[in-house]
Amino acid sequence: MGLRTVTATAIRWRAAGLAVIVAAITTAAQAQAPAPTPPPTPPPAAAPAPSVDLFDSGKLLATSGVSQIEGAAGGGLTPWALITGYETRDAIGANAHYTFVHTGSYTLHSTGASIGLFDRVELSYAREIFDTRKVGGKLGLGNGFTFNEDVFGAKLRVAGDAVYDQDTLMPQTAVGLQYKRNDQSAVIHAIGGKSAEGVDFYGTATKLFLEQSVLLNATVRATRANQLGILGFGGDRNSGYSAEFEGSAAYLLSRKTAIGFEYRAKPNNLSFAAENRWLDVFIAYFPTRNVSLTLAAVDLGDIAGQRRQRGVYLSVQAGF
Amino acid sequence: MEAISRMRARLCALCVVALLATPSCTAPVGETTLYADLGGEAGITRFVTEVLAISVADPRIAKDFDNINLVWLRDHIVRQFCELTGGPCRYTGRGMYASHKGLHLATSNFNFFVEDLQIAMDHEGVPFPTQNRLLKILAPMYHDIVTR
Repeated sequence: MGLRTVTATAIRWRAAGLAVIVAAITTAAQAQAPAPTPPPTPPPAAAPAPSVDLFDSGKLLATSGVSQIEGAAGGGLTPWALITGYETRDAIGANAHYTFVHTGSYTLHSTGASIGLFDRVELSYAREIFDTRKVGGKLGLGNGFTFNEDVFGAKLRVAGDAVYDQDTLMPQTAVGLQYKRNDQSAVIHAIGGKSAEGVDFYGTATKLFLEQSVLLNATVRATRANQLGILGFGGDRNSGYSAEFEGSAAYLLSRKTAIGFEYRAKPNNLSFAAENRWLDVFIAYFPTRNVSLTLAAVDLGDIAGQRRQRGVYLSVQAGF
Repeated sequence: MEAISRMRARLCALCVVALLATPSCTAPVGETTLYADLGGEAGITRFVTEVLAISVADPRIAKDFDNINLVWLRDHIVRQFCELTGGPCRYTGRGMYASHKGLHLATSNFNFFVEDLQIAMDHEGVPFPTQNRLLKILAPMYHDIVTR
């Protein structure tokens, strides 16, 4: 009895609720210890029933990434090697997203959904609506003219684990593809584009450096896409594939918040208008496994003759 | 076997009491160790005690602690963390594979415990970058602990 009292008073607990539980644990464990009889609880839970929850939402917070502009799990602009959803290797997860990008001359909406299978395979779909606002009128297409693009994505995680493999430099790696189909074939051909559909292929590596609270990602993409494919695929300057680098760096401020920046190099296939690299600076907030919010400042360079398209990027993701 | 663990538990309880009664007996180590940044043995004991309290009340993983003497477990974890972070302790328990294989833990069990550990360290005021330095050391244990 004296022992218990000393223990109970010596320990200072900050949360009162926890204090009760802890005190109960300590007392129960000590009370149980000297008893020569076996533990009173018979083994109903002794047989570890491997009852796997197919929707376990068992990944660590934020380790499903967010939905990038083309629908894959990643940062905002570029795919990462992480698989969408909060499923572990034993389960299935999914996400839906809506992303809004608003620059000086244009607005882009991306809406989509993705499924993660056993933290191994990712399937995604995104619909991008690119609103030319007043530029459409200047180009003779009419104010508010939109290019609409469907993106079907698949990603396969190849090797490594971004989180657990903290004792090696080995990153988590994945390969993926994005099949894109644009509905404005006539306009695309008129501006020098070669096709209204195309496929991007990418390899990506993601590594969490826990000691520094930093996450790094590098992606190489083989692509013919002009401005994501919104202005078609291939062009009069270059009609073939080019390999483009995409990089992200994030610093974890807390379990729920990360800040960082991204870079995405792009081809420059069309002679009618130059295309530049994309940049962003972001903050992502993961209040729970079921929702995330990303806010970014983007610099999308020149788009279809409109200079310095800078603006805001907002994205919400919901899933499990 | 059970008798031994019970004896150990008793001893451990005594150790905890002794430690708490005389916190100054914790050997001072270089300021640069993670052990020191975690608040030494007293600091580690605080958040380990708390994570166990959170975990046994966490419906996602409470079952994993059935029939486990929590005082004994706390003492083992504290000593292990102490040694791994550069403290003056020696962990003498079983390896992570041997001690967990009977539990058939899945990835989600591991992650939910990590999450509870993060919450416990938050409550105890361990700065987030310091938490991550500890998690960096613990993360590779995943491969031994998760066997399902």
